[in-house]
Amino acid sequence: MGTYSVNLGPNRYSFPDLRRLLACASPPRSGDELAGLAAESAEQRVAARLALAEVPLQRFLEEPAIAYEQDEVTRLILDGHDEAAFAPVASMTVGGFRDWLLSYAADGASIAALAPGLTPEMVAAVSKIMRNQDLILVASKIRVTTAFRNTIGAPGTLSVRLQPNHPTDDPRGIAASILDGLLHGAGDATVGVNPATDNVHAYVAIASLIDELRQSYSIPLQSCVLAHVTTAIEAINRDAPVDLVFQSIAGTESANSAFGVNLALLEEAHDAAQSLARGTVGGNRMYFETGQGSALSADAHHGVDQQTCEARAYAVARAYDPLLVNTVVGFIGPEYLVDGKQITRAGLEDHFCGKLMGLPMGCDVCYTNHAEADQDDMDGLLTLLATAGCQFVMGVPGADDIMLGYQSTSFHDANYVRRLLGKQPAPEFADWLRAMGIYDRSDQLAMPAAGNGLLARASELIGDEG
Amino acid sequence: MTDAMPSVYRRLRELTQARLALGTSGSSLATSEWLAFQYDWARARDAVYYALDFDDLAARIEGLGLETVRVASAAPSREVYLRRPDLGRQLSDESAERLGQSAPTKPDVAVVVADGLSGWAVDQNAAPLIEALRERAGRGGWRLGSIVLVSQGRVAVGDPIGALLGARLTLLLIGERPGLSAADSLGAYLTYEPCSGRTDAERNCVSNIREGGQPPASAADTIGYIIDRAFAAGQTGVALKDETALLQHE
Repeated sequence: MGTYSVNLGPNRYSFPDLRRLLACASPPRSGDELAGLAAESAEQRVAARLALAEVPLQRFLEEPAIAYEQDEVTRLILDGHDEAAFAPVASMTVGGFRDWLLSYAADGASIAALAPGLTPEMVAAVSKIMRNQDLILVASKIRVTTAFRNTIGAPGTLSVRLQPNHPTDDPRGIAASILDGLLHGAGDATVGVNPATDNVHAYVAIASLIDELRQSYSIPLQSCVLAHVTTAIEAINRDAPVDLVFQSIAGTESANSAFGVNLALLEEAHDAAQSLARGTVGGNRMYFETGQGSALSADAHHGVDQQTCEARAYAVARAYDPLLVNTVVGFIGPEYLVDGKQITRAGLEDHFCGKLMGLPMGCDVCYTNHAEADQDDMDGLLTLLATAGCQFVMGVPGADDIMLGYQSTSFHDANYVRRLLGKQPAPEFADWLRAMGIYDRSDQLAMPAAGNGLLARASELIGDEG
Repeated sequence: MTDAMPSVYRRLRELTQARLALGTSGSSLATSEWLAFQYDWARARDAVYYALDFDDLAARIEGLGLETVRVASAAPSREVYLRRPDLGRQLSDESAERLGQSAPTKPDVAVVVADGLSGWAVDQNAAPLIEALRERAGRGGWRLGSIVLVSQGRVAVGDPIGALLGARLTLLLIGERPGLSAADSLGAYLTYEPCSGRTDAERNCVSNIREGGQPPASAADTIGYIIDRAFAAGQTGVALKDETALLQHE
């Protein structure tokens, strides 16, 4: 391990290894302070960034943040590294890499081609010396397209995960929220339910409910039940209509272990979903969620700062060609991201890092009531992410998840940003919205007419014959 | 969507507490809906920073004929408490010393009340729940000790307290993280043979205790059932989880 040093005015700053250097260079974050990893002063943070900017990208292949023998995520990163893809930037330092990413020469195609050659630590490192506008500009160049029953990430689109959660998984309550979301143009990313209870009966019931609705109205969408991956495998074995397989993942082997998963199990789930071949326009079938702080929360960070840990989770995600990767940025609470400023920065970092690694990134723009954040902070992050080319956001009824007890973005929030920036839903889904009269001829939301099929379903749910 | 909303659409709200079928201006929330959201949010925010009047709470509990003991966690302020969950799980040095000086009272059930993330939930629900529990304890044949009141406490602070008292089981009552639909939910956590280092897998939880959720009297029955089961089984946690989940669904 080399020592990384820099002279700054009268002071000389030294960092014993790359892991410490990355942690000290990271923007202020309550989780890193909680872990005792944060820079001790603003000047030390800048010193770390100066030293980090001089580190050759090649160095990250020689000095892993967590030892190869110790961690299967490190082995996945290094064994899967593509030298040929890395070649165009192999001689650059972190600072030189930032300059290149911002240059006119670096267009979307050339950045996207690098992805298999970039490790999460390289990507995290360059993000730490970038300001918010850099993260937005570079990410906006990169296009990632995935597909299942519709196409996510097409130019000019912003998709929405409809999140119709209910505290007791009541089928009518879930269905009511789905109808409201569809009538607001939400659901093209997925209709994804967090079940209140993680068991195969609940899983099958919810998956069947969404599937019946989808088939009744020929909706080009994909469903997901956000239960543990082993529950999904069990549901597949019982011939349940499983579209997307979900799992929460993290950036270290031990943090994944706290989630009850490892790479072999994820591979098994990926294969099981593949056997169903339910996608019609594409075959991406995994939905992953991540979030800064999960490794520290599981006491599994190995002295690596939370943003670098998060980028390592993206190395796990990309091994399984997901349809959607969602960073649930403000859910974890103020001990990891204390306020709207930290949540905003983290959301932009995660989106940038995921995109640079070739992932279809979305973001749950959210906060809990004990964090120093409010709807205005969420409006800011939502707008910034949409300008950066974020693929999808959440659509939660009225922004309030009554099962998980936090505030995310609403159907109305998603429509605000679609309208502001001229973004459309996934093309197949937009066609369906027009055919159903949910979008009028100007692609504006229309109040459903009396004969609308979804309203007829609402009548059935309420038990009203009229 | 400026046209009038069909009544069948609006009536979807009868099926869930989710904020459905909201009025709109263009694609945005109508003024009344946005202000209604702010009201619910404000209640949740105020619950987090609600300064629980521990003197008043102690007086109400003592009015039931129970003794109280006041302690503090190692988090000196709400600001520190929110950022440092580790401190909220420990007693302050002074409190630990004071509790440790008196001989262990060895209650069957150490009832510990912590403000948690909603002092308001404690204010509303702790005393009625303790009153119902006192009656339930008589029927179950278990002895409650002094009620321990903790400021700036998290769930695990009940472990060192239970250990210092020599309790067989800690019942920790705590204000849950407030949401928009409920800012006054109390949670109850049960830990057999409490000691520092217990994990969440070794606890059972009864949540959403409030009028409009699980009312205190009914929650006391559920908690009493779990305590009986815990003493019979010699443990709390995952092993008891399934049957208590069944109970709560009945």
